[in-house]
Amino acid sequence: MKVTFPHMGNTFIGAKVLMEDLGNEVILPPKCSKKTLEIGTKHSPETICLPLKINIGNYVESIEKGADTILITGSCGPCRFGFYSLMEKEILKDLGYDVDIIVFDPPDGRPMELLRRIMKAADTKNVYRILRSIVRGGKILEKVDNLIEYSNKIRAKAFNSFKVDTIIDNFYEEVRNVHGMEETSKLIKETRTKLDNVKIDQNKKTLKVGIVGEIYTIIEPFANLYVERKLGHLGVEVDKALKPSSWVKHHLLPGPFGSGEEKRKWKEAAPYLSTLVGGHGRETIGSSIIYAKENYDGIIQILPLTCMPEIVAESILPTIQKDYNIPIMTLIVDEMTGEAGYQTRLEAFVDLLWKRWEEDNHEELLSGS
Amino acid sequence: MKNYYLGVDVGSVSTNIVLLDEEENVIIKKYLRTQGKPLVILQNGLREIKNEIGDFKVKGVGTTGSGRHLASIILGADIVKNEITSHAIAALNYVPNVKTVLEIGGQDSKIIILKDGIVTDFAMNTVCAAGTGSFLDRQAARLGVEINDFGKLALKSKNPVRIAGRCAVFAESDMIHKQQLGHNQEDIILGLCQALVRNYLNNIGKGKDIQGPIVFQGGVAANEGIKQSFKQALNTEIYVPKHHDVMGAIGAGILAKEEVKSKGKTNFKGIDITDIEYKVRGFECNDCANMCEVVEITSDDKVIARYGDKCGKWTDSINTNDEKLA
Repeated sequence: MKVTFPHMGNTFIGAKVLMEDLGNEVILPPKCSKKTLEIGTKHSPETICLPLKINIGNYVESIEKGADTILITGSCGPCRFGFYSLMEKEILKDLGYDVDIIVFDPPDGRPMELLRRIMKAADTKNVYRILRSIVRGGKILEKVDNLIEYSNKIRAKAFNSFKVDTIIDNFYEEVRNVHGMEETSKLIKETRTKLDNVKIDQNKKTLKVGIVGEIYTIIEPFANLYVERKLGHLGVEVDKALKPSSWVKHHLLPGPFGSGEEKRKWKEAAPYLSTLVGGHGRETIGSSIIYAKENYDGIIQILPLTCMPEIVAESILPTIQKDYNIPIMTLIVDEMTGEAGYQTRLEAFVDLLWKRWEEDNHEELLSGS
Repeated sequence: MKNYYLGVDVGSVSTNIVLLDEEENVIIKKYLRTQGKPLVILQNGLREIKNEIGDFKVKGVGTTGSGRHLASIILGADIVKNEITSHAIAALNYVPNVKTVLEIGGQDSKIIILKDGIVTDFAMNTVCAAGTGSFLDRQAARLGVEINDFGKLALKSKNPVRIAGRCAVFAESDMIHKQQLGHNQEDIILGLCQALVRNYLNNIGKGKDIQGPIVFQGGVAANEGIKQSFKQALNTEIYVPKHHDVMGAIGAGILAKEEVKSKGKTNFKGIDITDIEYKVRGFECNDCANMCEVVEITSDDKVIARYGDKCGKWTDSINTNDEKLA
């Protein structure tokens, strides 16, 4: 069995460690590229949201490399992601690919079926072993997320912010060639040391921006046109409301581990949106309020064109912008690779944030505090 | 020799050049069609200015517009600023307490909300053709009307027809239909202006707190019909600056003045750049799956700039400048 899975930011690193720990061979899809998108767009319905198109591109590229089994997560939430797995099966069938697709639906009501599928994917019936590997994969994923978060901080303060890009690019390339938990951990550690050696300007004032919105487009840098990097080069520290590791916590480890953060978001969102609107619409509202309360300088919402839950959230955000006096900008992504308009909006937004900051601090100086 | 500040706005449709004096008055302005050749047009524009007003000294250069990086490489700009900030700065210079800036250009449109002279919110649209100047251009051509007369004709209408403004495709088929029903030209033209304004307000103006004083700028601000329609829709006075068509360039010039003041000198490469022959070449790098489209600018067989690559391989191979483009 040669397994593969679609890309979503750092998840591939955790999933790779998990599967390798179980002794399976993993075929990683090549890094998302224009070619991935081209393949995906060609074979997907025109009006579907961007993540499905990238997924299809990932599958085809992996199958060409020899993969015969695809692992995907399902969802029962009222968002199109709920039928991704079914539609992707049909598309691959129409394309004539003979692959096994294993879907991990949330265990609602049918826990045994999920377990059966996990055992099939893991190629073992040893539940203890499976759990151990899941924990290991989760740990690695968290480490990678922390590494990337750290790199975002360094980038904002670095004298040469492009050095950070080079280090991270190298990391993503190297991580494909190392195997198992130990080697991956070692690489993460080495990369962190490299980041520590980047010269930074301790006194540099940076801005803090929170990123909210649709989970896939937040997490997959290819989909959001590397927004973290672009903002980092403009001297902005970026925090993402959703991360692969927190997603795993929310969905795979129910109970005390994961749901606390989510519950807080729901509570904060309640005065504006008290019910589920599919996807992470409610979390977007909640996260925005949390960022505002934590004195972030601004918020950016990112969503793929036609994403319903985020459209609902988008229409509520102007009220939050007013109530909490925090600038919020919405960016909609689709299959575009021309970045001029995107860059212009980011630059203008950062200009706006700087001017506000200057004004606030100017007033403080005048009032003699 | 007079001292001036140079502001350049390289847009997709027009390339605008202005010279400002110390008091930020516009000494000369050029509104030129970019025609997909920004470098040549920029050089021609500067040459024209030189011929018209004789020798002058440039104390600072600012560039803006989607071609701002390209222009800054050639000119040696002191500041490279996005269009939104530049437009806001220029509008503030015209109406100091401006609260809303409506800007409609050839290929994009923007709305900028200000409070106490600071940008607090903005929106910009680059994909929707129904809200921009090129849509009007096209429809004027279809009706056989000069775009310069378009606005004046609209004002003659007493009974505008309703035209769908949501999408250029709908608008066009609606317009043809109304034309065939026999409505007269003025009514259709005013209908189109109203449709564009409706689309603008519903699309980028959505959820924005539009308050007066309102400044309307960009190439389309020359169109009386659109101005009239905005006035009607928003029920307030609309100010159109005298140099409404080059506001981005003016903003860039003002920013350059501020920048040079704090920096003390300019990076301007000299007016002789009009005589240098630049060659621009684009190629697709096939070293990885990203297939970046790299642009290379050369003069006298010497590579001046390369940009467009994600990994920095091409950019880094020629200069040590940390700022990467695109």
